[in-house]
Amino acid sequence: MTHALQPPPKSSPELDANWLRELLVTQKNTKMRHVISLLIENEAGALSRVSGLFSARGYNIESLTVAPTEDASLSRMTIVTSGSDDVVEQITKQLNKLVEVVKVVDLSESAHIERELMLVKVRATGKDREEMKRMAEIFRGRIIDVTDASYVIELTGTQAKLDSFVGAIDSGLILETVRSGICGIGRGDRVLKV
Amino acid sequence: MVITGAEIVIRCLQEEKVDYLFGYPGGAVLYIYDELFKQDKVRHVLVRHEQAAIHAADGYARSTEKVGVALVTSGPGATNAVTGIATAYCDSIPLVIISGQVPSAAIGQDAFQEVDTVGITRPCVKHNFLVRDVRDIAETIKKAFYLAKTGRPGPVLVDIPKDITAQKCEFAYPETVSMRSYNPVVKGHHGQIKKALQLLLEAKRPMVYAGGGVVLGDAADKLTALVRKLGFPCTNTLMGLGAYPATDRQFVGMLGMHGNYEANMGMHYCDVLLAVGARFDDRVIGNPAHFSSEPRKIIHIDIDPSSISKRVKVDVPIVGDVGEVLGELLALLDNTAEKPEPQSLGVWWKQIEEWRRRDCLKFNQGEEGLIKPQFVVQKLWEVTGGDAFVTSDVGQHQMWAAQYYKFDKPRRWVNSGGLGTMGFGLPAAMGVQLAHPGSPVACITGEGSIQMNIQELSTCKQFRLPIKVILLNNGFLGMVRQWQELFHGNRYSESYMDALPDFSRLAEAYGHVGIKVDKPGDVEGALREAFKQKNDLVFMDFQVDPTENVYPMVKGGQGLTDMILSAEDL
Repeated sequence: MTHALQPPPKSSPELDANWLRELLVTQKNTKMRHVISLLIENEAGALSRVSGLFSARGYNIESLTVAPTEDASLSRMTIVTSGSDDVVEQITKQLNKLVEVVKVVDLSESAHIERELMLVKVRATGKDREEMKRMAEIFRGRIIDVTDASYVIELTGTQAKLDSFVGAIDSGLILETVRSGICGIGRGDRVLKV
Repeated sequence: MVITGAEIVIRCLQEEKVDYLFGYPGGAVLYIYDELFKQDKVRHVLVRHEQAAIHAADGYARSTEKVGVALVTSGPGATNAVTGIATAYCDSIPLVIISGQVPSAAIGQDAFQEVDTVGITRPCVKHNFLVRDVRDIAETIKKAFYLAKTGRPGPVLVDIPKDITAQKCEFAYPETVSMRSYNPVVKGHHGQIKKALQLLLEAKRPMVYAGGGVVLGDAADKLTALVRKLGFPCTNTLMGLGAYPATDRQFVGMLGMHGNYEANMGMHYCDVLLAVGARFDDRVIGNPAHFSSEPRKIIHIDIDPSSISKRVKVDVPIVGDVGEVLGELLALLDNTAEKPEPQSLGVWWKQIEEWRRRDCLKFNQGEEGLIKPQFVVQKLWEVTGGDAFVTSDVGQHQMWAAQYYKFDKPRRWVNSGGLGTMGFGLPAAMGVQLAHPGSPVACITGEGSIQMNIQELSTCKQFRLPIKVILLNNGFLGMVRQWQELFHGNRYSESYMDALPDFSRLAEAYGHVGIKVDKPGDVEGALREAFKQKNDLVFMDFQVDPTENVYPMVKGGQGLTDMILSAEDL
């Protein structure tokens, strides 16, 4: 979808205007990553209403996490999706239309925090054993399971941080990984509550 | 008072003042049918296929302001109902469907006649419920009715396992419903409404485009008052027919793929468009990019925010009940001395009249030769004085019905617009006839569609429904044939209907009156004769010209102004 826009070779007000217009159109049509957070009645089938909506309308789900909140009658979901502004507007409208959805907010519209949990099982023998421990420390991970041949490393952070950890260690040593998908929350006064 | 779940179900229906329940019994709903037997307030209409039960409830709902109600059993009962439910969903029709489910303990065991009804219907209902406790039945049914008829209406399904209908508990029907997650907007934003009025008053080439939302919102009177007061042209969608009187001079006809020339041209070239309870769907505006290529300001009133700016970007969105918003617009208009500028409006009307003079719906009916299908619909309109309830199936006959029967009142035109369900017409007519005993009800159909639910002729006999079936029999799946002629090099792949029964004799076999008409001169007489028979279903098999096509036509994916007006345009 994205393509690099070159400024026009010779500057003129008309060309600049065209270029700017094209830039704006491109930005509008560009698939941007969005983090949508919602509160939904904690009822059987609620998750499939949401996931069914995404698949039926051809929307993208990068990750989806869900768990009950401190009020057990409500679940909170964090959905990472991508789409142009029009598509994301439709996604939030369609989510709001689901009868069991109480509130929807696009967290990525303003300052927010994202965290994801990853557990990585790595081979830890010989010289790799010390190296793995060092890498875990550098990324502020914790080793939560130890055998004579492997570690399980727990790591939380943004998606990018977890990606870079996976990139930083020798891929041949990774036995398995599991990631939770991200949880998101607004910064400061922004509160998602009934 | 402690009563069984089954009795609670029936008591709830009584509380909701349900007079007709369309259904078909089976194992999982036996307790409910047993309770139904013991009372006489809710009358059950036994259909011959569950799909017809839903369509009949749907026809009942469309022709009244009430919720249609159906009862089916588990497994195949529920899956047969799915086409009907999806039909109602696509046209936003308020229905409550109660389905039986296998006993709670058997759920998930691949039991006899078990399907995941809630799972299967989830994408085609406004909402659905699986009742897990007898104490939840009353509240769930109350919620189902509330959800079905408020906001943007739609079908709501309540799935009840058999054991729950046998258990007992105290019954009290809740008086009110409150759901923190569901609060549809009713009143429109005042500032937006003012902005809309300003745009309308400044318009030079205005157009009003009204859809099914006006009919469902019972706002036809307000729409008509507003359009007349402003002096603007008005077009209706297929679903909106009757929202503005079709015989009125300001009505420019239906728009869209088979819309009038003047309606489509006006829609495309207007500078201010007022869209009311309509959704700019693909059969209405064709290619959205082509439609957007002509600059215009759009005001869009709709109860469903997700319908706004979905396919076409809107300048003044107004979320709210169309009746409320139109009422407020009218009140504002009454309180202002401003009027639309007469001179530019005059120029615009002159242009529209010029388009109208193309007379895009003209056809030639010779005195001899084959009957033109359009002629039958035109005569039906004359014979019934334009005052019948008309249901239709799906295909060419549906478009001819929409084009040539001029609906002056809302809720008179009953068709499957969104899903396009063949087999809808006859069962829907049953619901309409039950809701309006004594009123003329016509079902315009084709020989393809009627055979998709022809078994309902038996239901019509049992319940003495004097429907007039108008079969436009051209021996082809006409709309398929038309597309094959236009876009597939005349290769009529599987669109010829061979081995057709003699429909008039088939109708007679069911105990009805059957007539076969094959001369143009006999059409009017046959119709007059049929509508005189107040107690009998009359099945009229009109042998019509098999080569006739529906015009005007906008090819799929093309712009609204690229119309084929007649065969000569090809």
